[in-house]
Amino acid sequence: MSLNATYDVIVAGAGHNGLTAAAYLARAGRKVLVVEKNDWIGGAAVSRSLHPGWTYSNCSYVCSLLRREIVRDLDLPKYGLQVIPYEGGATFTRDGDYFAYYSDHHALHREMARHSRRDADAYQRYAQAVMRQCRFIRPFLLRDAPDPASLRPRDLGEMAYLVKKAHGLGPRELGETLRFWTMSIGDFLDEHFENDLIKAHLAGSGIIGTGLGVYSPGTAYVLLHHYMGDIDGGIGAWGFARGGMGAISAAIGADFEAHGGTILKGAGVEKFLTKDGRVTGVALEDGKVFKAPVVASNMDVKRTFLTHVDAGDLPPEFTRAVERFKIRGSSAKLNIALDRMPSFPAAPAHASFLRGDLHVSQSLSELERAYDDWKAGRVSAKPYIDMLIPSQIDPTMAPTGAHMMTVFVQYAPYDLAQGSTRSGVNWDDAARRQLADCVLDQMSVACPDIRERIVHMEVRCPAEIEREVGLTEGNIFQGELTFDQLFFNRPVPGWSQYDSPIKGLYLCGSSAHPGGGVMGAPGANAARAILRADGVRMKGYAA
Amino acid sequence: MSVMTDPKVGLIPGPVHDRLAALSRSQAWYGWAGYVAPSHLDSMEFEYFALRNQASLFDVSPMHKYRITGPGALAMLNRMVTRDVAKLRAGRVGYTLWCDEEGMVIDDGTLFRLGEDDWRLCCQEPMLDWLMEAAWGFDAKVTDESHDIAGLSLQGPCAFAILEAAGLDVGHLKPFDLAEIEPGLTVSRTGFTGDLGYELWTAWDAAPALWDRLWEAGRHHGLRAIGYDALNLARIEAGFLTAGVDFQPVLSVERLHRGLTPFELNLGHMVHFDKGHFNGRRALIRARNTPRSLLMRLDVEGFKPAPGALIYHRKKREIGHLSSGIWSPTAKCNIALAHVRMPYAAQRPANLWAEIYTLEEGRWATRMVRLTPVKGPFFAPPRAKATPPARL
Repeated sequence: MSLNATYDVIVAGAGHNGLTAAAYLARAGRKVLVVEKNDWIGGAAVSRSLHPGWTYSNCSYVCSLLRREIVRDLDLPKYGLQVIPYEGGATFTRDGDYFAYYSDHHALHREMARHSRRDADAYQRYAQAVMRQCRFIRPFLLRDAPDPASLRPRDLGEMAYLVKKAHGLGPRELGETLRFWTMSIGDFLDEHFENDLIKAHLAGSGIIGTGLGVYSPGTAYVLLHHYMGDIDGGIGAWGFARGGMGAISAAIGADFEAHGGTILKGAGVEKFLTKDGRVTGVALEDGKVFKAPVVASNMDVKRTFLTHVDAGDLPPEFTRAVERFKIRGSSAKLNIALDRMPSFPAAPAHASFLRGDLHVSQSLSELERAYDDWKAGRVSAKPYIDMLIPSQIDPTMAPTGAHMMTVFVQYAPYDLAQGSTRSGVNWDDAARRQLADCVLDQMSVACPDIRERIVHMEVRCPAEIEREVGLTEGNIFQGELTFDQLFFNRPVPGWSQYDSPIKGLYLCGSSAHPGGGVMGAPGANAARAILRADGVRMKGYAA
Repeated sequence: MSVMTDPKVGLIPGPVHDRLAALSRSQAWYGWAGYVAPSHLDSMEFEYFALRNQASLFDVSPMHKYRITGPGALAMLNRMVTRDVAKLRAGRVGYTLWCDEEGMVIDDGTLFRLGEDDWRLCCQEPMLDWLMEAAWGFDAKVTDESHDIAGLSLQGPCAFAILEAAGLDVGHLKPFDLAEIEPGLTVSRTGFTGDLGYELWTAWDAAPALWDRLWEAGRHHGLRAIGYDALNLARIEAGFLTAGVDFQPVLSVERLHRGLTPFELNLGHMVHFDKGHFNGRRALIRARNTPRSLLMRLDVEGFKPAPGALIYHRKKREIGHLSSGIWSPTAKCNIALAHVRMPYAAQRPANLWAEIYTLEEGRWATRMVRLTPVKGPFFAPPRAKATPPARL
């Protein structure tokens, strides 16, 4: 690989968003270099083999939000990307029963009615309310958030689009929308359902990745954030990337390289270089310097501006806003190699829902208590878990007959309390063992033999995710998805359009609109903003 | 002697119906050549992704199967079909078409050369009458094996691994090879999915045991029984035609001029004029350079599949229709097979549009979407051709 000293654009970080931005820019004819601190690409969309024969999606683990327009624009199937939807899921009870979710309408109705006849009928209105919000928000994902204080024609146009959309809802629906965007998932579910187990099952999406409890305002939106994706037109459907989530990054990276782009691995950024308020390039940790008039940072907003930019180059007001940006670690992860399929005694033979997401939280109050532990700096005594066994439908993840399990854990604090201190450094081996033990106890509600099935296990705590992936506090969304820091307030008011007070320095990661998840939208939108600054209209967003 | 035979109104069970009925959770059946066949057993999505990602098992027994034997069989078949089957060695399978005297396609099918003078033809349409007529004057015997021979189609990236687990050694089979792997069990590396896959042929009564054997072997490989809906997605991705959908078998249409030539189906390479006379040859020589329309593979703008949509040139002149259209979950595009009138079909850049009707919660709407011609199949994974085959 021959490297030049100068490029048109340098992207710092080969996460899926950084690669997406790079791919669009390369397709527009720009000479683009991506520098990545790890020896592999993908950021939090990676597949890693940590035990021979097994592959883990060891950070993000399921896919739905990835915009289909981007998949088409970048021709990702050509580079081997295949997303396999999974269907259903279940929450297991401590007395040997379960509530299962089916995508088949009648099966779902019958299963709900088993727990509450009224809830079975109420589901229609619940689904209608959620889907209406999905319809409302989806068009905004690949649009810029307008700056409401700006009088530039584009901002006025985007603002007009927003007003038109909002006006089109009518007064009642608009009221519901504002309520939905600010209320808690607990309150929202209480309005619709009576059964604790059904509510607990549906609530999970409202707290995943978030430093908030089920009764914290703003969690209803987090649920929406997990429902607004789609697979093959099925809105709200989730799936596995064949070969793990790294297959997504690999495909985007392959498209980027096929269009002349260069990826430099093992090349962490030390500093974004600036001169007279303009970015001029990057200096790497190993001392190498690459020059470019435009640099896009795939790092989160805190890491970008508080760690890799001289504070003197930034307006203090901006720096303070970035410092205030909420990006709290609240999640941990277990990746497990299993010698064979664990047994789920409650599940009927060949239950299709075992191929979906499995949980064991019994009620909203149990979930709220799990959040209370986190506030105090403790791992939840009864954490919410989101576990899946993708090897049931993706044969590439484990040897034949063996399986791989991914277990997302909520809540685990970044600044673990130990004695009188609260700090990320408290995450020592003993603390991680304790976390794993507590999660395995929870899992054994569903599959009592889980401990006997383990061949290898990776335990990931927030501090470790921060260290390896670079996400501040290990927050999976590069910043909380709460209304105060969404849309034109993301990441900070006045800077929602991917640019920054340093001319030429852009954000292209999930700290920017429309936020986290393996979506690609911030990356694609950032590329569009970069090209627009050159007076070029970006091709794409096939729709 | 009075014979009271109940012809059984409606559909009758096929050779592995018991197995399928036990697996069917969705109870979605359709009729295939008079047999009960699954549209899907669980959900179409599950089954489609098993096919493309693990392995799928589909009962193809309702296909019509004819045995042609005797020293004159080769000459008779070469007189009937358009391609030169003398080049098909024993142990090989060939896709072929046959036409009427006007050069219009009667049906397409796969021709298995089981031995030097021993052939089997598999096709969608009942063909005994036509075959017997074609055999007149040749030293060849035609037997209808449709209800004697069962076929199971095992398709998907894990198909080879499953056969291996079932103790069937097929690693040496290249695409379109066939071999009698065990007495009474013939395996061909063929299928209707464009993926790695095999078809297993055995006696009708032996099918349940074969099914069980494959099922057991597939336990750890994610093997799923699938229905036609999933198969249909896969075959459109592979660019394969379905009789009655993508072309009208000329012997079964009442209306005149509904037939199409192989050239109009983009299958000109299946017509070998240099092999001597065959049915429809004279007409096809005349028609070869003057197709009235062409079968096209198209990428349809947007996300809405549009089977049946009419095609317009410059959004104005009506010039054809989409015969098959789906959203391809693997290619992640909206694909279609279409018939487009000449000269518009050959014009590049194409200026083709489809009018799509949508019904969304009680409101009909229509829109024009751009159609982009695509060369080759929409999905053609390297694993489909690799020998020795991959295991996942």
